[in-house]
Amino acid sequence: MSILIDDRTRLLVQGLGRDGAFHAKLMKEYGTRVVAGVHPGRGGSMYEGFPVFDTAAEAVEKTGADCSVLFVPASAAGDAILEAAHAGIELVVAITEGIPVSEMSRVVAEIETMDVRLVGPNCPGLISPGKAKVGIMPGDIFDRGGVGVVSRSGTLTYEVVRSLSKAGMGQSTAVGMGGDPVGGMKFVDYLELFEEDPDTEAVVLVGEIGGSDEEDASRFVAESMSKPVAGFIVGRTAPPGKRMGHAGAIISGGSGTAEAKVAALEAAGIPVADVIDELPDLLRKRTGG
Amino acid sequence: MKLEEFQAKALFRQYGLPVPEGLVATRVEEAVSAAERLGLPVVVKAQVKAGGRGKAGGVKLVRTVEECREAASGILGMTIKGYPVERVLVDPAQSIGSEFYVGITTDRRKRRPVLMTSASGGVDIEEVARSTPERIFFHTIDPRYGLRSFEARGMAFRLFDSKEQVLACARIMVDLWRCFDGCDASLAEINPLALLTDGSLVALDAKIVLDDNALYRHPDFEELRLPTDEERKEQEAKRMGLSYVRLDGSVGCMVNGAGLAMATMDLIKHLGGTPANFLDIGGSSSPEKVVGAMKLLMRDSNVRSVFVNVFGGITRCDDVARGLVEALGSMGDPPPMVVRLTGTNEREGVRILSETGISATSDMTEGARRAIGLAEAGASGGAS
Repeated sequence: MSILIDDRTRLLVQGLGRDGAFHAKLMKEYGTRVVAGVHPGRGGSMYEGFPVFDTAAEAVEKTGADCSVLFVPASAAGDAILEAAHAGIELVVAITEGIPVSEMSRVVAEIETMDVRLVGPNCPGLISPGKAKVGIMPGDIFDRGGVGVVSRSGTLTYEVVRSLSKAGMGQSTAVGMGGDPVGGMKFVDYLELFEEDPDTEAVVLVGEIGGSDEEDASRFVAESMSKPVAGFIVGRTAPPGKRMGHAGAIISGGSGTAEAKVAALEAAGIPVADVIDELPDLLRKRTGG
Repeated sequence: MKLEEFQAKALFRQYGLPVPEGLVATRVEEAVSAAERLGLPVVVKAQVKAGGRGKAGGVKLVRTVEECREAASGILGMTIKGYPVERVLVDPAQSIGSEFYVGITTDRRKRRPVLMTSASGGVDIEEVARSTPERIFFHTIDPRYGLRSFEARGMAFRLFDSKEQVLACARIMVDLWRCFDGCDASLAEINPLALLTDGSLVALDAKIVLDDNALYRHPDFEELRLPTDEERKEQEAKRMGLSYVRLDGSVGCMVNGAGLAMATMDLIKHLGGTPANFLDIGGSSSPEKVVGAMKLLMRDSNVRSVFVNVFGGITRCDDVARGLVEALGSMGDPPPMVVRLTGTNEREGVRILSETGISATSDMTEGARRAIGLAEAGASGGAS
């Protein structure tokens, strides 16, 4: 098992431009069942052995796709998320960076009323090692195993995973949930799924400055989780009021600081690593392994 | 992008919000003639993108031409929280009865815009939130419908008793929503919203922060950019596809990915060094980008060494290494640097760099430690 995606996932790729085409190929090579592409104007053609459609609705109808990954430019991405949701896709993974917050808050308000989950936007996607990869991460750093990883960033997730894999700790599923202020699923949503997943034994939560997601996650872990969780928070050296790359990574008026997040995690009994390489040991202590 | 008060007030005016008829001045005599045109008394206000102007002496009520001249010459040229004051706004003085707060921002937890109001206006709203949270009222806005009049009235009744003031305030809230939404703002705030002694309401101050992700929809906002020197560097970086924030330390950082860039800064601090900056070079690391990033780092005279931390994922480490070699070859006097490469083809990458005499490693902690050492050696060398 794993969460959200596995070897039965039927993936639709929305946007087969330069990035979409490149990563569609890599996802397929990883073993993901890529069943369709959507690129308005290119319906009827084939790419890398899968059919391309003009609309998501047609792609879902003809191929039974249940998950989609977006490589659509920021100005059209909100619309593409809604298109996928209305076509009946159950899990939409939005890689696209730079979508206006106002657009995302409208999209989120609409999909909250629907039976669909959103990962991202502005994220690397997710991977269930050995089963499926829906995103842009390098597949070879991941190993199959029992650690669930959920993170707000991209390359930092890879760094954490590399450290876990090196210590012999494979992953059930690793998710980069995205660095924007308004997006889809939050830490709590992923933690809930990891708690239910029989193959996940422990979870690593990688947070950063800005917002209150880590604080909410701490509360959830203290109240509702039986599995061990270890944390890592970046942005301890970030100055207030400055956006640190991710639109969501900003300390505003004393809230969203790394100190507050570390304190919240620790108060919930979650050990927090000072440096990434401490994470495997912290997990080992918590799992007694 | 943060706007200055006079720019925010101009946008407010476009959306029908009541603001004083102020004038902007960049020179003392200009401020004096503005005061004469508006009629004394006036308020002379420093225009900077920072709060706490009043406390810093950047806002002065003046009753005579002499006082105006004195205030303007004092304020122009001041530095408030690192921002040099290049402009003042001259506003006609108002006869204030009481002060309120009205603001709209995005509630990240609810993932929707939120309207916030308080009868405790005129002070730092975050201070009010800390000390007397019961004095702030919140209303979540459904962005699909916007702020409706009945919702605004409901909020206005919590601040005012008189029907005229409730209706005027509700109107202001709806117009503020239209402004927030129409400009794709991440914050639109009136603090204070003043109830004047004649019973009317006016926005004495205005704050707008625009969502950088949405600027492509507002090409006309480009001319509102009044960058400080520091912000100019950040923008220049942005044009090259880099994300840069300067700090005060001595170890320059060049990293791919925002999260990893923050982790790198934190690690340097943890090991006893001081990071000079946040710099995310993004996904693809072409030689041109690396050269640009390196030049940006070297413009900061505090930088004593550079730590390049790249997690080669889809990007191959050997490609990055070749790019770095090429980049450094084109630079006259490269700084002492350490490159940490890991991921796809890391051995080959480290080998290429080592052959050209660049200190390379595949371990992040080891790399950071070496870069700190080089910075310390550079600092003591510079002092002797």
